[in-house]
Amino acid sequence: MKILVCISHVPDTTSKINFTDGDTKFDTNGVQFVINPNDEFGLTRAMWFKEKQGAVVHVVNVGGPETEPTLRKALAIGADEAIRVNTPATDGFSVAKQLANVVKEGGYNLVIAGRESIDYNGGMMPGILAKLTGSNFVNTCIGLEVDGDKATVIREIDGGKETLKTSLPLVVGGQKGIVEESDLRIPNMRGIMQARTKPLTVKEPVDASAETATVSFEKPAPKGQVKLVDNVDQLIDLLHNEAKVI
Amino acid sequence: MSVLVYTESEEGVIKKIALEAVSYAKGIADQMGTSVTAISINANNTSELAKYGASKVLEVSDDKLNKFNGEAYADAIAQAAKNEDAKVIVLTSSANSKFLAPTLAVDLNAGFVPNVVALPERTSPFKVKHSVFTNKAFAHTEIKTEVKIVGLGKNTFGLKESETSMSNEAFSPNLDAHDFDMEIVSVDKATDQVTIADAEIVVSAGRGLKGPENWGMIEDLANTLGAATACSKPVSDMGWRPHSEHVGQTGKPVASNLYIAIGISGAIQHLAGINSSKVKVVINNDPEAPFFKAADYGIVGDAFEIVPQLNEKLKAFKAQNN
Ligand SMILES: Cc1cc2nc3c(=O)[nH]c(=O)nc-3n(C[C@H](O)[C@H](O)[C@H](O)COP(=O)(O)OP(=O)(O)OC[C@H]3O[C@@H](n4cnc5c(N)ncnc54)[C@H](O)[C@@H]3O)c2cc1C
Repeated sequence: MKILVCISHVPDTTSKINFTDGDTKFDTNGVQFVINPNDEFGLTRAMWFKEKQGAVVHVVNVGGPETEPTLRKALAIGADEAIRVNTPATDGFSVAKQLANVVKEGGYNLVIAGRESIDYNGGMMPGILAKLTGSNFVNTCIGLEVDGDKATVIREIDGGKETLKTSLPLVVGGQKGIVEESDLRIPNMRGIMQARTKPLTVKEPVDASAETATVSFEKPAPKGQVKLVDNVDQLIDLLHNEAKVI
Repeated sequence: MSVLVYTESEEGVIKKIALEAVSYAKGIADQMGTSVTAISINANNTSELAKYGASKVLEVSDDKLNKFNGEAYADAIAQAAKNEDAKVIVLTSSANSKFLAPTLAVDLNAGFVPNVVALPERTSPFKVKHSVFTNKAFAHTEIKTEVKIVGLGKNTFGLKESETSMSNEAFSPNLDAHDFDMEIVSVDKATDQVTIADAEIVVSAGRGLKGPENWGMIEDLANTLGAATACSKPVSDMGWRPHSEHVGQTGKPVASNLYIAIGISGAIQHLAGINSSKVKVVINNDPEAPFFKAADYGIVGDAFEIVPQLNEKLKAFKAQNN
């Protein structure tokens, strides 16, 4: 099994979100970048396939050189090789086109991506990639087993879950549940040392135009003060008469 | 040329988010001087769609589509879009819409923007506002393709009545075997509970509750309010509650009318996921808890005292107001 794990390089979840250049660019000043949490769950599942089923695991990112530390972290967690497609990630469609090329050239039969990246929340890359590579696709994946070219996938649905049988080639959009929080691995010293010498290949992009373009950003209006109440009668009264939600 | 809206249903009943999507589609159709066509899949009764502005509904009825199937549903919607020559397709932000949107986008060679919160600022070029950074900001994005797909965020546009006379047409898309490559072996879903996705009210509790044995009062309160139950991440990580209840940046988003947070501190990752709820209430014994900065109403106090009181008083209130 040859697995490609897609790694999105995103601001740490505690980041303050600000914009510069007349609200047209995300302000990276003082922002820590990390592996997108949904992707980290997927990467951890891939490590399990490597250890238990002898899978080969590569990680990939579409982005500039600034994303390499994030890819090195994925190597430190245990991926065998990393690939960076040297072009900015503009929208889900164009990233998927770049990755489709990587998938075809590398002959991967399982692609694990995240349900969405926590920066732009597009959530469309995995589905488009599946379609472009003629693979089966399962989103919001919370369980994945592979046996030969057959796969059993659990998908989170509104109010429950669904178990599906499908086959490779397969693309999944993973999230917490594909492994548990307690399964996540912090790279150890040995992993970090090894990661320095593992291959990180930079690939030039293929021609792929973006279908959408973000023109500007805006922050939500500041919130008013909380109304503190002393007892539940007051609360019920306010929720009924003022907020009109009960 | 019309605006096409996919109107989701559950067990044959059109969902409320679908009606909101029709209202929104009607708004775009008015901007563009055209009309709204809806497509429903195995819905029993679509007459309500007229109330929100649909002029036509394409009704697909096919037993093979009884269970959601991303590939086949996207294929059906794509064929409807081509038949109608639709240039704008409106979806919701439900899990199913998000599943099928990318497939549809490739089928129609369309640009897609999810989590849209308002009508397009302009339709040529087509520019929409949508939430990004898990509700910490908004972006204004242009869709440059001829066909455009937007996913409307829940509870952002609201229901807007616009009674229209509507025609019903049976629609039978050509579905091929490839649409059914995936076999659903089992579905495990509580049918007697409101889901977080559909709920108007969500009652959520955190580590302040001390242990899973104390969730009885949370469930009672949720029952009284007809609400869904939710929890913070550590609560699901510790196995006190199922993962499906985990809300926040790495869990489910919540966009309810009312969100009640009990014994939840209000960490940035938690708030990010629930921020698009309209009204937020916090019950916490620590007046310094960050949630008080994000909430509309708050009570500083012990959840073990306040929640049972709130439940009793609400029962009395409900009895009086029904
Ligand atoms: C990458 C990443 C992603 C994350 N994603 C999420 C996410 O999606 N969702 C999420 O929820 N968290 C997420 N977190 C975790 C988040 O940072 C917080 O740790 C978590 O939300 C805290 O949960 P809590 O409020 O239940 O617990 P605590 O922070 O422990 O808060 C418990 C609260 O209960 C109050 N309390 C205690 N006793 C009582 C009482 N008797 N009555 C009333 N109040 C009481 C306390 O004052 C306290 O404020 C994430 C963290 C990381 C690093």
